[in-house]
Amino acid sequence: MRILVVEDDPILLDGLTTGLSLHGMAADGVDTCEDAYSALATTTFSAIVLDLMLPDGSGIAVLRHLRLRNDATPVLLLTARDAVEDRVKGLDEGADDYLGKPFDLEEVAARLRALERRAQGRASPKLSFQGLVLDPGSLEVTLDDKAVHLSRREFGVLRALMLRPGIVCSRSQLEDQLYGWQEEVGSNAVEVHIHNLRAKIGPRYIQTLRGLGYRIRTETP
Amino acid sequence: MTSLRTRLLLILIASTSAIWLCGFAWIYVDARQETQHLLDRRLMEAARMVLSLSAPGTPANDPNLPVVVNSSGPIAGASYEHILTCQVWSFDGRLVGRSGNAPTSKLTEESEGFSERPVDGEIYRVFSAEDPIKRVRVLVGDNLEQRQRFVRDLVRSLLIPAAFILPMLAILIWISVKQGLEPLQHATRSLSARDAENLTPLDVGRSPSEIRPLIYALNGLFGKVVAAREHERSFVAYAAHEMRTPLAGLKTQVQIAAQATVPEMRANALSQALKGVDRTSRLVQQLLAMSRLDASPPRIQDQWINLAAAFHDVTASMSRDLLPERVTIAASARNHSISIDREMFDLAARNLVENALQLTPPDGTVRLSVTQEGQEAKICIEDDGPGIPSGEEELVLQRFFRGRHKSASGSGLGLAIVTTALDRAGAKLRLCRPGGGHGLRAEIIVSSNRLRLDDAA
Repeated sequence: MRILVVEDDPILLDGLTTGLSLHGMAADGVDTCEDAYSALATTTFSAIVLDLMLPDGSGIAVLRHLRLRNDATPVLLLTARDAVEDRVKGLDEGADDYLGKPFDLEEVAARLRALERRAQGRASPKLSFQGLVLDPGSLEVTLDDKAVHLSRREFGVLRALMLRPGIVCSRSQLEDQLYGWQEEVGSNAVEVHIHNLRAKIGPRYIQTLRGLGYRIRTETP
Repeated sequence: MTSLRTRLLLILIASTSAIWLCGFAWIYVDARQETQHLLDRRLMEAARMVLSLSAPGTPANDPNLPVVVNSSGPIAGASYEHILTCQVWSFDGRLVGRSGNAPTSKLTEESEGFSERPVDGEIYRVFSAEDPIKRVRVLVGDNLEQRQRFVRDLVRSLLIPAAFILPMLAILIWISVKQGLEPLQHATRSLSARDAENLTPLDVGRSPSEIRPLIYALNGLFGKVVAAREHERSFVAYAAHEMRTPLAGLKTQVQIAAQATVPEMRANALSQALKGVDRTSRLVQQLLAMSRLDASPPRIQDQWINLAAAFHDVTASMSRDLLPERVTIAASARNHSISIDREMFDLAARNLVENALQLTPPDGTVRLSVTQEGQEAKICIEDDGPGIPSGEEELVLQRFFRGRHKSASGSGLGLAIVTTALDRAGAKLRLCRPGGGHGLRAEIIVSSNRLRLDDAA
C-alpha cells in the first residue's frame, strides 16, 4: 500500500512516513505543493495524507488539482484547524476523510486502510481466498486457521496480489507498492519475497507468468 | 440638554417668540403714537370748528348754560361715545357753552395749544384755541383713559389672531425639526438595530453632509476593529496550528519509539522527538515574546552598546547545537557602539543570528559587520544559507510564514519578532542578497547619528 504524505513539518513528516511503514505501508513524504504535484505525476498512490497549510500554498489546491484530473485517489486531510467549516470545506473540495492534529498514528493507519477498502468497494476488512486470510489491520495471515508469520515485505506482496485475485501484477507494480523512493530495491527483491512466500503458504496460491508478473491462481490446476 | 430635537425646538420657539414680542412692542408703540397724533388732530379740528361756530362775545350768565356743542349721541362702538369734551369760555372768564359731558370747571388754564391736566379725577388732554375778535376761547378735551383703551383694543385685536397662529407655528416648527433630523434618526436607528458583532460599514448613501464625517469616522473605526479582531483571530489560529503540528509530530515519534522493532528506528524516533521538544519550547518562547511585544509597547530606553559585546552576549547564551562559534565579528563591529534600546536590540539580534546559524551549512560562517552610508548606519548579519527564494521576500516577514528553505526548529515567528522589535526601537530591517550571490544579508538600519566610533581600547 503506497501512501503519499504531504506535510511541511519535518518531524511530523518523518514520523508519519516511518510510522506508516510500521503498519505495512510504503510511505513517501513531500513538504510542498510543488513536490506533491510532481510526485502525483509520476507515481500511483493508494491514498494521500494531506496537510492543509503548506509553505507554497494550501493543501486544498493540491486536492483540487487532483480532483480536476479526475483522480479518485482517497485523500485524508490533516490539519490543526478543525473547525466544522474547515472540515466541511475540505470534504466538499473532494477529501475523503479528515483528521485533526494531534492524532494517533494507529488511527491514521486505520483510516487509510478504510479509505482504500472503500475505494476498492470491498465490504470485508479482511482479504480471503481459498482458506488464505489476510488482515491488513493486524498484519496477520492465516492459512486454514493456522497463523503464518510473514515479514513486512512478504505481507505487502501477498496483500497486493490478494486485492484482485486472478489479475496480474507486474514486478514494477509490486515494487511500487512495497518501496518508497528513499528505499533501495534489490534487482531480484520481488523474486526473493515471492520465493519466501511460497515456502510459507505453499506453492499453489501464487502463479508466475513469465515476462508479465505474478497473480493469485484462480483456476484449479 | 441631551436631545438635539428638544434643543432645536426650544431655540426655534424662543427665537420666534422673541421676534413676535419685538413686533408687538413695535406695533404697540407705533400705534399709540399714530393714535395720539390722529386724536390730537381731531381735537384741533374740533376746537377750530367750534370756534368758528360760536357767536361773538355773547354773554351767558345763565347758570344752566346752553349746550352749544353736543357731541353726545350713540355712535358705532358704544365704548368710545362721549369721547370729546368741549367748553367755550369768553375772555372775561365766563363759561359761554359746553358739551353735555363736560365738567363746569375750566379744562385748562392754557390759552393756546395742547395741555394735560386732571379734572374731576380724570386726566384730560386739552386743545385750546381762541378768537381775539369774538373774544372767546374754545377748549376741547379728550379723556386720556379712553385714548389708552383705544390703543389697547387695537393691539388686542392683533394679539387674538397671533394667539392662534403661534401654536400652529410651534407645531410646524416641531414637524420641520422632526423631518430635518430624519437622516440622523435613520443613522441612529440603523446603528442601534445592529448587534455588537456586526461591524460592516454603515451605508453613507443619502446621509446629509453634516453627518457624513461622523459616518466615515465610524466606518473607519469599524474597519480598525475588524482588522484588529481578524489579526487576533488569525494569530490564535496560527498559534494553534503551530502548537498542534509539533505536538502531532512528537506524539507520532513517541508512538514509533514505543512500537519500533529495530534499535535504529527507536533511536531515530527519540532524537526526532527531542528535536520536536526543542522546537516546541522555542516556539512557546517566541509566542510569549511576540505577545509581550504586542500587548504593551515596552518603555524604550536608548543606551550606548558596543556591538561586538552585544553580539557576544547573544551568541554566548545560544544552544551549542547551533554551533555559534561560526559567528565572526568584523573589526568594524568591534569598535562601534550603537544607541538603541538594549532589550529590543537583543531580541532582534538574537533572532537574526539564530536564523543565520540555522540556515548556514555546518562549514559556513555568519559574519557581523558595520557600515555607514550617508545618513544610514547598517549593522549587517550575513550568512551562507540558501537565501530567500524569489517570491517569498515579502512573506518571510509575516508571522508564522515558513518558507521553502526552513529550518527544523523554525517557528515562522523570528523575522516578525525582529521587525516588531526594531520598529519599537526606531530601527528598520532590510533583507537582501549579499554581493557574493548566495546567502542572505540582514541589515539593521539606524540613522548614522546613533552610531559612534569607540576609542581604541
